[in-house]
Amino acid sequence: MPDISKEQVQHVADLARLEMNETETEKFTKQLGDIIHFAESLNELDTTGVPPTTHVLEIRNVMREDTVEKGLPRELVLKNAPDTQDGMIRVPTIVE
Amino acid sequence: MSLFDHKISELHEFLHNKEVKVSELVDEAYQKISETDDKVKAFLTLDEERARKTAAELDGKIGSPEAENVLFGMPIGIKDNIVTKDLRTTCASKILENFDPIYDATVMEKLHKEKTITIGKLNMDEFAMGSSTENSAFQITRNPWNLDTVPGGSSGGSAAAVAAGEVPFALGSDTGGSIRQPAAFCGVVGMKPTYGRVSRFGLVAFASSLDQIGPITRTVEDNAYLLQAISGLDRHDSTSADVEVPNYVEALKGDVKGLKIAVPKEYLGEGVSEEARQAVLNALKVLEKLGATWEEVSLPHSKYGVATYYLLASSEASSNLARFDGVRYGYRSPNATNLEELYKKTRSEGFGDEVKRRIMLGTFALSAGYYDAYYKKAQQARTLIKKDFDDVLEKYDVIIGPTTPTPAFKIGEKIEDPLTMYANDILTIPVNLAGVPGISVPCGFAGGLPLGLQIIGKHFDESTVYRVAHAFEQATDFHNQKPQL
Repeated sequence: MPDISKEQVQHVADLARLEMNETETEKFTKQLGDIIHFAESLNELDTTGVPPTTHVLEIRNVMREDTVEKGLPRELVLKNAPDTQDGMIRVPTIVE
Repeated sequence: MSLFDHKISELHEFLHNKEVKVSELVDEAYQKISETDDKVKAFLTLDEERARKTAAELDGKIGSPEAENVLFGMPIGIKDNIVTKDLRTTCASKILENFDPIYDATVMEKLHKEKTITIGKLNMDEFAMGSSTENSAFQITRNPWNLDTVPGGSSGGSAAAVAAGEVPFALGSDTGGSIRQPAAFCGVVGMKPTYGRVSRFGLVAFASSLDQIGPITRTVEDNAYLLQAISGLDRHDSTSADVEVPNYVEALKGDVKGLKIAVPKEYLGEGVSEEARQAVLNALKVLEKLGATWEEVSLPHSKYGVATYYLLASSEASSNLARFDGVRYGYRSPNATNLEELYKKTRSEGFGDEVKRRIMLGTFALSAGYYDAYYKKAQQARTLIKKDFDDVLEKYDVIIGPTTPTPAFKIGEKIEDPLTMYANDILTIPVNLAGVPGISVPCGFAGGLPLGLQIIGKHFDESTVYRVAHAFEQATDFHNQKPQL
Protein backbone atom coordinates (compact mmCIF):
# COMPACT_ATOMS: atom_id res chain seq x y z
CA MET A 1 0.00 0.00 0.00
CA PRO A 2 1.55 3.36 -1.04
CA ASP A 3 1.55 6.32 1.34
CA ILE A 4 -1.67 8.26 1.60
CA SER A 5 -1.42 11.42 -0.55
CA LYS A 6 -2.35 15.01 0.28
CA GLU A 7 -5.08 14.77 -2.38
CA GLN A 8 -6.54 11.70 -0.66
CA VAL A 9 -6.52 13.50 2.68
CA GLN A 10 -8.32 16.46 1.09
CA HIS A 11 -10.87 14.06 -0.45
CA VAL A 12 -11.51 12.30 2.88
CA ALA A 13 -11.79 15.67 4.66
CA ASP A 14 -14.37 16.68 2.09
CA LEU A 15 -16.37 13.47 2.67
CA ALA A 16 -16.25 14.11 6.43
CA ARG A 17 -17.27 17.77 5.95
CA LEU A 18 -14.05 19.07 7.45
CA GLU A 19 -12.03 22.00 6.15
CA MET A 20 -8.23 21.80 6.18
CA ASN A 21 -5.70 24.48 5.40
CA GLU A 22 -2.31 23.64 3.86
CA THR A 23 -0.50 23.20 7.22
CA GLU A 24 -3.22 20.95 8.61
CA THR A 25 -3.34 18.89 5.42
CA GLU A 26 0.40 18.25 5.69
CA LYS A 27 0.20 17.30 9.36
CA PHE A 28 -2.78 14.99 8.82
CA THR A 29 -1.20 13.39 5.74
CA LYS A 30 1.82 12.39 7.81
CA GLN A 31 -0.18 11.27 10.89
CA LEU A 32 -2.87 9.38 8.99
CA GLY A 33 -0.20 7.74 6.85
CA ASP A 34 1.56 6.50 10.01
CA ILE A 35 -1.69 5.23 11.54
CA ILE A 36 -2.76 3.48 8.34
CA HIS A 37 0.66 1.84 8.00
CA PHE A 38 0.34 0.64 11.58
CA ALA A 39 -3.18 -0.68 10.88
CA GLU A 40 -1.82 -2.68 7.99
CA SER A 41 -0.21 -5.03 10.51
CA LEU A 42 -3.62 -6.75 10.33
CA ASN A 43 -2.59 -8.03 6.89
CA GLU A 44 -0.36 -10.54 8.71
CA LEU A 45 -3.56 -12.29 9.82
CA ASP A 46 -5.11 -14.95 7.64
CA THR A 47 -8.80 -14.09 7.85
CA THR A 48 -9.98 -16.36 5.04
CA GLY A 49 -13.43 -17.59 6.00
CA VAL A 50 -13.46 -15.66 9.32
CA PRO A 51 -16.85 -13.99 9.77
CA PRO A 52 -16.78 -10.29 10.73
CA THR A 53 -17.91 -9.29 14.25
CA THR A 54 -20.00 -6.14 14.24
CA HIS A 55 -21.39 -6.72 17.68
CA VAL A 56 -20.54 -9.01 20.63
CA LEU A 57 -24.05 -9.85 21.79
CA GLU A 58 -26.39 -12.30 20.10
CA ILE A 59 -29.13 -9.75 19.59
CA ARG A 60 -31.46 -9.90 16.59
CA ASN A 61 -34.37 -7.60 15.77
CA VAL A 62 -35.36 -6.15 19.13
CA MET A 63 -39.10 -5.51 18.83
CA ARG A 64 -41.48 -3.40 20.86
CA GLU A 65 -45.17 -2.55 20.78
CA ASP A 66 -45.90 0.13 18.20
CA THR A 67 -47.74 2.46 20.54
CA VAL A 68 -48.43 6.12 19.93
CA GLU A 69 -46.56 8.40 22.30
CA LYS A 70 -46.47 12.16 22.57
CA GLY A 71 -43.53 13.85 20.83
CA LEU A 72 -41.37 16.50 22.47
CA PRO A 73 -42.85 19.98 22.91
CA ARG A 74 -41.57 22.38 20.27
CA GLU A 75 -39.88 24.77 22.72
CA LEU A 76 -37.76 21.91 24.07
CA VAL A 77 -36.80 20.76 20.58
CA LEU A 78 -35.70 24.29 19.72
CA LYS A 79 -34.03 24.96 23.07
CA ASN A 80 -30.50 24.24 21.83
CA ALA A 81 -30.93 25.34 18.21
CA PRO A 82 -28.38 28.02 17.27
CA ASP A 83 -30.87 30.04 15.17
CA THR A 84 -34.68 29.88 15.08
CA GLN A 85 -37.53 31.80 13.51
CA ASP A 86 -41.30 31.33 13.83
CA GLY A 87 -40.89 28.07 15.74
CA MET A 88 -38.50 26.60 13.18
CA ILE A 89 -34.76 26.08 12.89
CA ARG A 90 -33.17 28.63 10.56
CA VAL A 91 -30.23 27.75 8.26
CA PRO A 92 -28.37 29.75 5.58
CA THR A 93 -29.33 29.60 1.90
CA ILE A 94 -29.58 26.05 0.57
CA VAL A 95 -30.43 26.75 -3.07
CA GLU A 96 -28.44 29.55 -4.72
CA MET B 1 -9.68 12.62 58.08
CA SER B 2 -12.26 13.43 55.45
CA LEU B 3 -15.79 12.05 55.42
CA PHE B 4 -15.06 10.62 51.98
CA ASP B 5 -12.32 8.40 53.40
CA HIS B 6 -15.25 6.26 54.51
CA LYS B 7 -16.96 3.70 52.32
CA ILE B 8 -20.44 4.46 50.98
CA SER B 9 -21.93 1.85 53.35
CA GLU B 10 -20.28 3.64 56.31
CA LEU B 11 -21.51 7.06 55.16
CA HIS B 12 -24.95 5.48 54.91
CA GLU B 13 -24.67 4.31 58.53
CA PHE B 14 -23.72 7.87 59.57
CA LEU B 15 -26.85 9.20 57.87
CA HIS B 16 -28.99 6.45 59.33
CA ASN B 17 -27.70 7.14 62.86
CA LYS B 18 -28.16 10.89 62.33
CA GLU B 19 -24.46 11.52 62.95
CA VAL B 20 -24.17 13.25 59.57
CA LYS B 21 -26.70 15.04 57.39
CA VAL B 22 -27.00 14.78 53.60
CA SER B 23 -26.29 18.52 53.43
CA GLU B 24 -23.01 17.92 55.27
CA LEU B 25 -21.97 15.36 52.64
CA VAL B 26 -22.73 17.91 49.94
CA ASP B 27 -20.86 20.62 51.91
CA GLU B 28 -17.89 18.29 52.13
CA ALA B 29 -17.88 17.79 48.35
CA TYR B 30 -17.94 21.51 47.53
CA GLN B 31 -15.47 22.29 50.32
CA LYS B 32 -13.01 19.72 48.94
CA ILE B 33 -13.54 21.01 45.41
CA SER B 34 -12.82 24.59 46.51
CA GLU B 35 -9.65 23.39 48.27
CA THR B 36 -8.24 21.12 45.59
CA ASP B 37 -9.81 21.64 42.19
CA ASP B 38 -7.67 24.70 41.38
CA LYS B 39 -4.83 22.20 41.22
CA VAL B 40 -6.58 19.06 39.93
CA LYS B 41 -9.08 20.68 37.55
CA ALA B 42 -11.39 17.69 37.44
CA PHE B 43 -14.74 19.50 37.21
CA LEU B 44 -16.04 21.38 34.17
CA THR B 45 -19.42 22.37 35.61
CA LEU B 46 -20.75 22.46 39.17
CA ASP B 47 -24.44 22.11 40.02
CA GLU B 48 -24.12 23.62 43.49
CA GLU B 49 -27.39 25.45 43.94
CA ARG B 50 -29.54 22.49 42.92
CA ALA B 51 -27.38 20.01 44.87
CA ARG B 52 -27.74 22.00 48.09
CA LYS B 53 -31.48 22.36 47.58
CA THR B 54 -31.87 18.61 46.98
CA ALA B 55 -29.71 17.86 50.03
CA ALA B 56 -31.95 20.01 52.24
CA GLU B 57 -35.01 18.12 50.94
CA LEU B 58 -33.39 14.76 51.57
CA ASP B 59 -32.39 15.78 55.10
CA GLY B 60 -36.12 15.92 55.81
CA LYS B 61 -36.51 12.31 54.72
CA ILE B 62 -33.92 10.73 57.02
CA GLY B 63 -35.66 7.98 58.95
CA SER B 64 -38.15 7.28 56.14
CA PRO B 65 -38.04 3.93 54.28
CA GLU B 66 -36.67 5.73 51.20
CA ALA B 67 -33.56 6.70 53.19
CA GLU B 68 -32.76 3.04 53.92
CA ASN B 69 -31.32 2.70 50.42
CA VAL B 70 -27.50 2.79 50.66
CA LEU B 71 -27.01 5.36 47.88
CA PHE B 72 -29.55 7.76 49.41
CA GLY B 73 -28.02 11.25 49.67
CA MET B 74 -24.62 10.26 48.30
CA PRO B 75 -22.81 12.98 46.29
CA ILE B 76 -21.66 11.83 42.86
CA GLY B 77 -19.68 13.26 39.94
CA ILE B 78 -20.71 12.50 36.35
CA LYS B 79 -18.49 12.32 33.27
CA ASP B 80 -19.44 15.08 30.88
CA ASN B 81 -20.52 12.78 28.03
CA ILE B 82 -23.52 11.50 30.02
CA VAL B 83 -26.48 13.79 29.38
CA THR B 84 -28.00 15.47 32.42
CA LYS B 85 -31.29 17.33 32.08
CA ASP B 86 -30.88 21.10 32.48
CA LEU B 87 -27.19 20.67 33.36
CA ARG B 88 -24.67 21.66 30.69
CA THR B 89 -23.14 18.61 28.97
CA THR B 90 -20.14 19.42 26.77
CA CYS B 91 -18.20 16.18 26.05
CA ALA B 92 -15.27 18.58 26.69
CA SER B 93 -15.80 19.88 23.17
CA LYS B 94 -16.21 23.40 21.85
CA ILE B 95 -18.96 22.06 19.60
CA LEU B 96 -21.17 21.34 22.66
CA GLU B 97 -19.88 24.17 24.85
CA ASN B 98 -23.38 25.52 25.58
CA PHE B 99 -25.42 22.32 25.19
CA ASP B 100 -28.19 22.06 27.76
CA PRO B 101 -29.80 18.58 27.52
CA ILE B 102 -33.57 18.28 27.53
CA TYR B 103 -33.57 14.76 28.98
CA ASP B 104 -31.65 12.55 31.40
CA ALA B 105 -29.58 9.53 30.41
CA THR B 106 -31.07 6.26 31.69
CA VAL B 107 -28.24 5.95 34.24
CA MET B 108 -29.16 9.41 35.56
CA GLU B 109 -32.83 8.45 35.89
CA LYS B 110 -31.75 5.37 37.82
CA LEU B 111 -29.50 7.46 40.08
CA HIS B 112 -32.31 9.94 40.72
CA LYS B 113 -34.45 7.03 41.89
CA GLU B 114 -31.67 6.10 44.31
CA LYS B 115 -31.54 9.75 45.46
CA THR B 116 -27.88 10.37 44.76
CA ILE B 117 -26.93 14.03 44.42
CA THR B 118 -25.13 15.22 41.30
CA ILE B 119 -22.28 17.52 42.34
CA GLY B 120 -21.15 18.42 38.81
CA LYS B 121 -19.79 17.27 35.47
CA LEU B 122 -16.29 15.93 35.04
CA ASN B 123 -13.57 16.66 32.50
CA MET B 124 -12.57 14.13 29.84
CA ASP B 125 -10.82 13.83 26.52
CA GLU B 126 -13.03 15.44 23.88
CA PHE B 127 -15.79 12.94 22.95
CA ALA B 128 -13.89 10.35 25.05
CA MET B 129 -11.10 10.18 22.46
CA GLY B 130 -7.82 10.01 24.29
CA SER B 131 -5.86 8.43 27.12
CA SER B 132 -4.72 11.48 29.10
CA THR B 133 -7.58 14.04 29.32
CA GLU B 134 -5.22 16.43 27.52
CA ASN B 135 -7.66 16.47 24.58
CA SER B 136 -10.26 18.47 26.54
CA ALA B 137 -11.14 21.74 24.80
CA PHE B 138 -11.39 23.45 28.19
CA GLN B 139 -8.74 22.40 30.69
CA ILE B 140 -6.06 19.83 31.49
CA THR B 141 -6.86 17.65 34.50
CA ARG B 142 -3.89 16.69 36.65
CA ASN B 143 -3.13 13.48 38.52
CA PRO B 144 -3.63 14.07 42.28
CA TRP B 145 -0.60 11.84 43.00
CA ASN B 146 1.71 14.07 40.98
CA LEU B 147 0.37 17.22 39.37
CA ASP B 148 2.93 17.04 36.54
CA THR B 149 1.48 13.74 35.32
CA VAL B 150 -1.75 12.94 33.49
CA PRO B 151 -4.72 11.35 35.30
CA GLY B 152 -5.22 9.04 32.32
CA GLY B 153 -8.23 9.19 30.08
CA SER B 154 -10.67 9.57 28.76
CA SER B 155 -12.49 9.53 32.16
CA GLY B 156 -9.58 11.46 33.72
CA GLY B 157 -11.80 13.96 35.52
CA SER B 158 -13.85 11.17 37.13
CA ALA B 159 -10.80 9.25 38.38
CA ALA B 160 -8.96 12.38 39.57
CA ALA B 161 -12.00 13.72 41.43
CA VAL B 162 -12.45 10.43 43.30
CA ALA B 163 -8.72 10.10 44.04
CA ALA B 164 -8.59 13.69 45.32
CA GLY B 165 -11.55 13.01 47.63
CA GLU B 166 -13.74 15.64 45.96
CA VAL B 167 -16.58 13.13 45.58
CA PRO B 168 -16.92 9.61 47.01
CA PHE B 169 -17.63 8.14 43.58
CA ALA B 170 -18.25 8.98 39.94
CA LEU B 171 -19.46 7.61 36.64
CA GLY B 172 -17.15 7.24 33.66
CA SER B 173 -17.37 5.58 30.27
CA ASP B 174 -15.04 3.04 28.69
CA THR B 175 -14.63 2.39 24.95
CA GLY B 176 -11.03 1.11 24.91
CA GLY B 177 -9.93 1.51 28.53
CA SER B 178 -11.30 4.93 29.46
CA ILE B 179 -12.50 3.84 32.94
CA ARG B 180 -9.81 1.28 33.83
CA GLN B 181 -6.74 3.21 32.66
CA PRO B 182 -7.49 6.45 34.57
CA ALA B 183 -8.55 4.38 37.61
CA ALA B 184 -5.12 2.66 37.48
CA PHE B 185 -3.25 5.96 37.05
CA CYS B 186 -5.14 7.61 39.94
CA GLY B 187 -5.11 4.63 42.36
CA VAL B 188 -8.87 4.04 42.44
CA VAL B 189 -11.27 1.26 41.40
CA GLY B 190 -12.80 1.37 37.90
CA MET B 191 -15.17 -1.17 36.34
CA LYS B 192 -16.04 -1.57 32.67
CA PRO B 193 -19.11 -3.83 32.75
CA THR B 194 -20.02 -6.40 30.11
CA TYR B 195 -21.19 -4.77 26.89
CA GLY B 196 -24.97 -4.50 27.27
CA ARG B 197 -25.01 -4.56 31.08
CA VAL B 198 -25.66 -0.81 31.42
CA SER B 199 -27.91 1.22 29.12
CA ARG B 200 -26.10 3.58 26.79
CA PHE B 201 -29.19 5.76 26.32
CA GLY B 202 -28.00 9.31 26.91
CA LEU B 203 -24.31 8.48 26.66
CA VAL B 204 -23.07 10.63 23.79
CA ALA B 205 -22.02 7.93 21.32
CA PHE B 206 -18.35 7.49 20.36
CA ALA B 207 -18.11 3.84 19.19
CA SER B 208 -21.50 2.28 19.78
CA SER B 209 -20.39 -1.38 19.65
CA LEU B 210 -17.76 -0.77 22.37
CA ASP B 211 -18.99 2.05 24.68
CA GLN B 212 -20.07 1.18 28.23
CA ILE B 213 -20.79 3.36 31.27
CA GLY B 214 -19.28 2.21 34.56
CA PRO B 215 -18.41 3.24 38.14
CA ILE B 216 -15.17 4.78 39.43
CA THR B 217 -14.89 4.47 43.22
CA ARG B 218 -12.47 4.22 46.11
CA THR B 219 -13.35 0.65 47.07
CA VAL B 220 -14.64 -2.48 45.37
CA GLU B 221 -17.72 -2.51 47.61
CA ASP B 222 -18.65 1.05 46.60
CA ASN B 223 -18.19 0.00 43.00
CA ALA B 224 -20.57 -2.95 43.40
CA TYR B 225 -23.24 -0.70 44.94
CA LEU B 226 -23.01 1.79 42.09
CA LEU B 227 -23.05 -0.81 39.30
CA GLN B 228 -26.05 -2.46 40.95
CA ALA B 229 -27.93 0.83 40.71
CA ILE B 230 -27.23 1.55 37.03
CA SER B 231 -27.45 -1.94 35.46
CA GLY B 232 -30.26 -3.58 33.57
CA LEU B 233 -32.36 -3.80 30.43
CA ASP B 234 -33.62 -0.50 29.05
CA ARG B 235 -36.20 -0.17 26.30
CA HIS B 236 -34.42 2.98 25.11
CA ASP B 237 -31.24 1.00 24.29
CA SER B 238 -31.88 -2.05 22.11
CA THR B 239 -28.31 -3.24 22.79
CA SER B 240 -28.90 -3.36 26.54
CA ALA B 241 -29.12 -7.00 27.54
CA ASP B 242 -32.11 -8.90 28.87
CA VAL B 243 -29.96 -10.70 31.44
CA GLU B 244 -30.81 -10.76 35.12
CA VAL B 245 -28.73 -8.44 37.32
CA PRO B 246 -27.41 -10.39 40.32
CA ASN B 247 -26.74 -8.87 43.74
CA TYR B 248 -23.16 -7.65 43.34
CA VAL B 249 -22.69 -6.69 46.98
CA GLU B 250 -23.70 -10.21 48.08
CA ALA B 251 -21.15 -11.57 45.60
CA LEU B 252 -18.32 -9.89 47.56
CA LYS B 253 -18.83 -12.24 50.49
CA GLY B 254 -17.40 -15.30 48.79
CA ASP B 255 -13.72 -16.27 48.87
CA VAL B 256 -11.36 -17.22 46.05
CA LYS B 257 -10.49 -20.78 47.16
CA GLY B 258 -10.16 -23.00 44.11
CA LEU B 259 -10.46 -20.05 41.73
CA LYS B 260 -8.66 -20.60 38.41
CA ILE B 261 -6.75 -17.59 37.11
CA ALA B 262 -5.33 -17.26 33.60
CA VAL B 263 -2.34 -14.95 33.12
CA PRO B 264 -1.72 -14.13 29.45
CA LYS B 265 1.97 -14.13 28.62
CA GLU B 266 1.28 -11.23 26.23
CA TYR B 267 0.25 -9.12 29.26
CA LEU B 268 3.59 -9.53 31.02
CA GLY B 269 5.86 -9.44 27.99
CA GLU B 270 7.32 -6.88 25.64
CA GLY B 271 6.27 -3.29 26.23
CA VAL B 272 5.18 -3.88 29.83
CA SER B 273 7.37 -2.14 32.42
CA GLU B 274 9.21 -4.14 35.06
CA GLU B 275 7.29 -2.32 37.84
CA ALA B 276 3.91 -3.26 36.35
CA ARG B 277 5.04 -6.85 35.79
CA GLN B 278 6.34 -7.17 39.35
CA ALA B 279 3.19 -5.65 40.86
CA VAL B 280 1.06 -8.24 39.03
CA LEU B 281 3.29 -11.14 40.10
CA ASN B 282 3.03 -9.91 43.71
CA ALA B 283 -0.75 -9.71 43.38
CA LEU B 284 -0.84 -13.29 42.08
CA LYS B 285 1.09 -14.38 45.18
CA VAL B 286 -1.54 -12.70 47.36
CA LEU B 287 -4.33 -14.50 45.50
CA GLU B 288 -2.43 -17.81 45.72
CA LYS B 289 -2.24 -17.41 49.49
CA LEU B 290 -6.01 -16.94 49.48
CA GLY B 291 -6.43 -20.29 47.72
CA ALA B 292 -6.52 -19.40 44.04
CA THR B 293 -4.28 -21.00 41.41
CA TRP B 294 -2.87 -19.42 38.26
CA GLU B 295 -1.40 -20.59 35.01
CA GLU B 296 0.18 -18.84 32.07
CA VAL B 297 -1.97 -18.78 28.94
CA SER B 298 -1.86 -17.07 25.57
CA LEU B 299 -4.18 -14.54 23.94
CA PRO B 300 -2.33 -14.85 20.64
CA HIS B 301 -4.09 -11.98 18.83
CA SER B 302 -3.49 -9.39 21.58
CA LYS B 303 -0.93 -7.52 19.52
CA TYR B 304 -3.54 -6.80 16.85
CA GLY B 305 -5.93 -5.22 19.37
CA VAL B 306 -4.81 -1.62 19.02
CA ALA B 307 -4.92 -1.60 15.19
CA THR B 308 -8.30 -3.36 15.17
CA TYR B 309 -9.67 -0.95 17.73
CA TYR B 310 -8.55 2.25 16.01
CA LEU B 311 -10.08 1.17 12.71
CA LEU B 312 -13.40 0.05 14.21
CA ALA B 313 -13.82 2.74 16.86
CA SER B 314 -12.88 5.51 14.42
CA SER B 315 -15.23 4.15 11.76
CA GLU B 316 -18.11 4.12 14.21
CA ALA B 317 -17.11 7.57 15.48
CA SER B 318 -17.05 9.06 11.98
CA SER B 319 -20.65 7.97 11.58
CA ASN B 320 -21.79 8.92 15.10
CA LEU B 321 -20.22 12.39 14.99
CA ALA B 322 -21.88 13.23 11.67
CA ARG B 323 -24.79 14.56 13.76
CA PHE B 324 -22.74 17.59 14.81
CA ASP B 325 -23.57 19.81 11.88
CA GLY B 326 -24.41 23.17 13.49
CA VAL B 327 -28.10 22.90 12.59
CA ARG B 328 -30.16 21.56 15.50
CA TYR B 329 -27.93 22.05 18.54
CA GLY B 330 -24.39 22.90 19.54
CA TYR B 331 -21.92 25.36 18.08
CA ARG B 332 -22.63 26.97 14.71
CA SER B 333 -19.91 28.81 12.82
CA PRO B 334 -20.77 32.47 12.25
CA ASN B 335 -18.57 32.46 9.12
CA ALA B 336 -20.74 30.43 6.71
CA THR B 337 -22.72 31.83 3.78
CA ASN B 338 -24.36 28.58 2.59
CA LEU B 339 -25.30 25.20 4.05
CA GLU B 340 -22.24 23.30 2.79
CA GLU B 341 -19.97 25.92 4.38
CA LEU B 342 -22.04 25.81 7.55
CA TYR B 343 -21.30 22.10 7.96
CA LYS B 344 -17.61 22.39 7.16
CA LYS B 345 -16.82 25.52 9.14
CA THR B 346 -18.89 24.44 12.16
CA ARG B 347 -17.14 21.07 12.33
CA SER B 348 -13.66 22.42 11.60
CA GLU B 349 -13.94 25.17 14.21
CA GLY B 350 -15.83 23.01 16.73
CA PHE B 351 -13.79 19.78 16.83
CA GLY B 352 -10.27 19.42 18.24
CA ASP B 353 -7.38 17.70 16.45
CA GLU B 354 -7.74 14.19 17.89
CA VAL B 355 -11.45 14.09 17.07
CA LYS B 356 -10.72 15.26 13.51
CA ARG B 357 -7.99 12.63 13.17
CA ARG B 358 -10.34 9.84 14.16
CA ILE B 359 -13.19 11.10 11.98
CA MET B 360 -10.71 11.19 9.09
CA LEU B 361 -9.37 7.69 9.80
CA GLY B 362 -12.89 6.30 10.10
CA THR B 363 -14.12 8.04 6.97
CA PHE B 364 -11.11 6.66 5.10
CA ALA B 365 -11.62 3.10 6.41
CA LEU B 366 -15.29 3.18 5.34
CA SER B 367 -14.76 4.88 1.98
CA ALA B 368 -15.25 3.23 -1.40
CA GLY B 369 -12.31 1.02 -2.33
CA TYR B 370 -10.93 0.75 1.23
CA TYR B 371 -13.86 -0.75 3.13
CA ASP B 372 -12.88 -4.41 2.64
CA ALA B 373 -9.16 -3.86 3.20
CA TYR B 374 -9.58 -1.89 6.44
CA TYR B 375 -13.02 -1.95 8.04
CA LYS B 376 -14.01 -5.50 7.17
CA LYS B 377 -10.50 -6.80 7.88
CA ALA B 378 -10.67 -5.23 11.36
CA GLN B 379 -14.07 -6.80 12.01
CA GLN B 380 -12.59 -10.19 11.15
CA ALA B 381 -9.62 -9.54 13.43
CA ARG B 382 -12.16 -8.70 16.14
CA THR B 383 -13.66 -12.17 15.74
CA LEU B 384 -10.22 -13.73 16.35
CA ILE B 385 -9.54 -11.50 19.37
CA LYS B 386 -12.93 -12.34 20.88
CA LYS B 387 -12.31 -16.06 20.30
CA ASP B 388 -9.02 -15.81 22.25
CA PHE B 389 -10.99 -14.62 25.26
CA ASP B 390 -13.82 -17.14 24.79
CA ASP B 391 -11.32 -20.02 24.65
CA VAL B 392 -9.41 -18.98 27.78
CA LEU B 393 -12.52 -18.12 29.79
CA GLU B 394 -13.97 -21.52 29.01
CA LYS B 395 -11.22 -23.07 31.17
CA TYR B 396 -10.54 -20.30 33.71
CA ASP B 397 -12.67 -18.11 35.99
CA VAL B 398 -10.83 -14.85 35.38
CA ILE B 399 -7.93 -13.40 33.40
CA ILE B 400 -5.44 -11.23 35.28
CA GLY B 401 -2.78 -8.79 34.09
CA PRO B 402 -1.69 -5.19 34.51
CA THR B 403 -4.20 -2.47 33.54
CA THR B 404 -1.50 -0.36 31.88
CA PRO B 405 2.08 -1.06 30.77
CA THR B 406 3.43 1.83 32.91
CA PRO B 407 2.26 4.22 35.64
CA ALA B 408 1.00 7.70 34.66
CA PHE B 409 3.16 9.59 32.17
CA LYS B 410 4.07 13.30 32.15
CA ILE B 411 1.68 15.92 30.80
CA GLY B 412 2.79 16.75 27.25
CA GLU B 413 4.93 13.62 26.90
CA LYS B 414 2.80 11.75 24.35
CA ILE B 415 0.32 14.28 23.02
CA GLU B 416 2.28 15.05 19.82
CA ASP B 417 2.54 11.39 18.79
CA PRO B 418 -0.84 9.67 18.37
CA LEU B 419 0.58 6.17 17.90
CA THR B 420 2.60 6.27 21.15
CA MET B 421 -0.50 7.49 22.96
CA TYR B 422 -2.61 4.69 21.42
CA ALA B 423 -0.09 2.02 22.51
CA ASN B 424 -0.80 2.93 26.11
CA ASP B 425 -4.19 1.16 25.81
CA ILE B 426 -2.79 -2.14 24.56
CA LEU B 427 -3.93 -4.11 27.66
CA THR B 428 -7.42 -2.63 27.98
CA ILE B 429 -8.59 -2.44 24.34
CA PRO B 430 -9.00 -6.22 23.72
CA VAL B 431 -11.49 -6.40 26.63
CA ASN B 432 -13.82 -3.96 24.86
CA LEU B 433 -13.42 -5.78 21.55
CA ALA B 434 -14.43 -9.05 23.27
CA GLY B 435 -17.24 -7.32 25.20
CA VAL B 436 -16.29 -8.92 28.53
CA PRO B 437 -16.18 -7.11 31.92
CA GLY B 438 -12.91 -5.80 33.38
CA ILE B 439 -11.97 -3.97 36.55
CA SER B 440 -8.85 -2.09 37.63
CA VAL B 441 -7.92 -2.17 41.33
CA PRO B 442 -4.88 -0.55 42.99
CA CYS B 443 -2.00 -3.06 43.23
CA GLY B 444 1.18 -1.10 43.89
CA PHE B 445 3.23 2.03 43.36
CA ALA B 446 6.16 2.97 41.15
CA GLY B 447 7.96 6.26 41.77
CA GLY B 448 5.08 7.41 43.97
CA LEU B 449 2.49 6.72 41.24
CA PRO B 450 -0.22 4.05 41.51
CA LEU B 451 -0.39 0.87 39.42
CA GLY B 452 -3.55 -1.04 38.55
CA LEU B 453 -4.36 -4.75 38.49
CA GLN B 454 -6.79 -5.70 35.74
CA ILE B 455 -9.23 -8.54 36.42
CA ILE B 456 -11.25 -9.70 33.42
CA GLY B 457 -14.26 -12.03 33.60
CA LYS B 458 -16.78 -13.91 31.50
CA HIS B 459 -19.69 -12.18 29.79
CA PHE B 460 -22.16 -10.98 32.47
CA ASP B 461 -20.04 -12.44 35.27
CA GLU B 462 -19.18 -9.16 37.02
CA SER B 463 -19.90 -11.02 40.29
CA THR B 464 -16.77 -13.17 40.02
CA VAL B 465 -14.68 -10.17 38.95
CA TYR B 466 -15.89 -8.26 42.02
CA ARG B 467 -15.30 -11.24 44.32
CA VAL B 468 -11.66 -11.55 43.20
CA ALA B 469 -11.12 -7.78 43.32
CA HIS B 470 -12.62 -7.59 46.80
CA ALA B 471 -10.59 -10.51 48.14
CA PHE B 472 -7.41 -8.90 46.82
CA GLU B 473 -8.34 -5.49 48.20
CA GLN B 474 -9.10 -6.87 51.65
CA ALA B 475 -5.73 -8.65 51.74
CA THR B 476 -3.75 -5.54 50.75
CA ASP B 477 -3.44 -1.91 51.81
CA PHE B 478 -3.03 -0.07 48.48
CA HIS B 479 -6.58 1.30 48.45
CA ASN B 480 -6.01 2.99 51.82
CA GLN B 481 -3.18 5.15 50.44
CA LYS B 482 -4.25 8.69 49.62
CA PRO B 483 -2.48 11.36 47.56
CA GLN B 484 -1.20 14.39 49.49
CA LEU B 485 -2.57 17.51 47.87
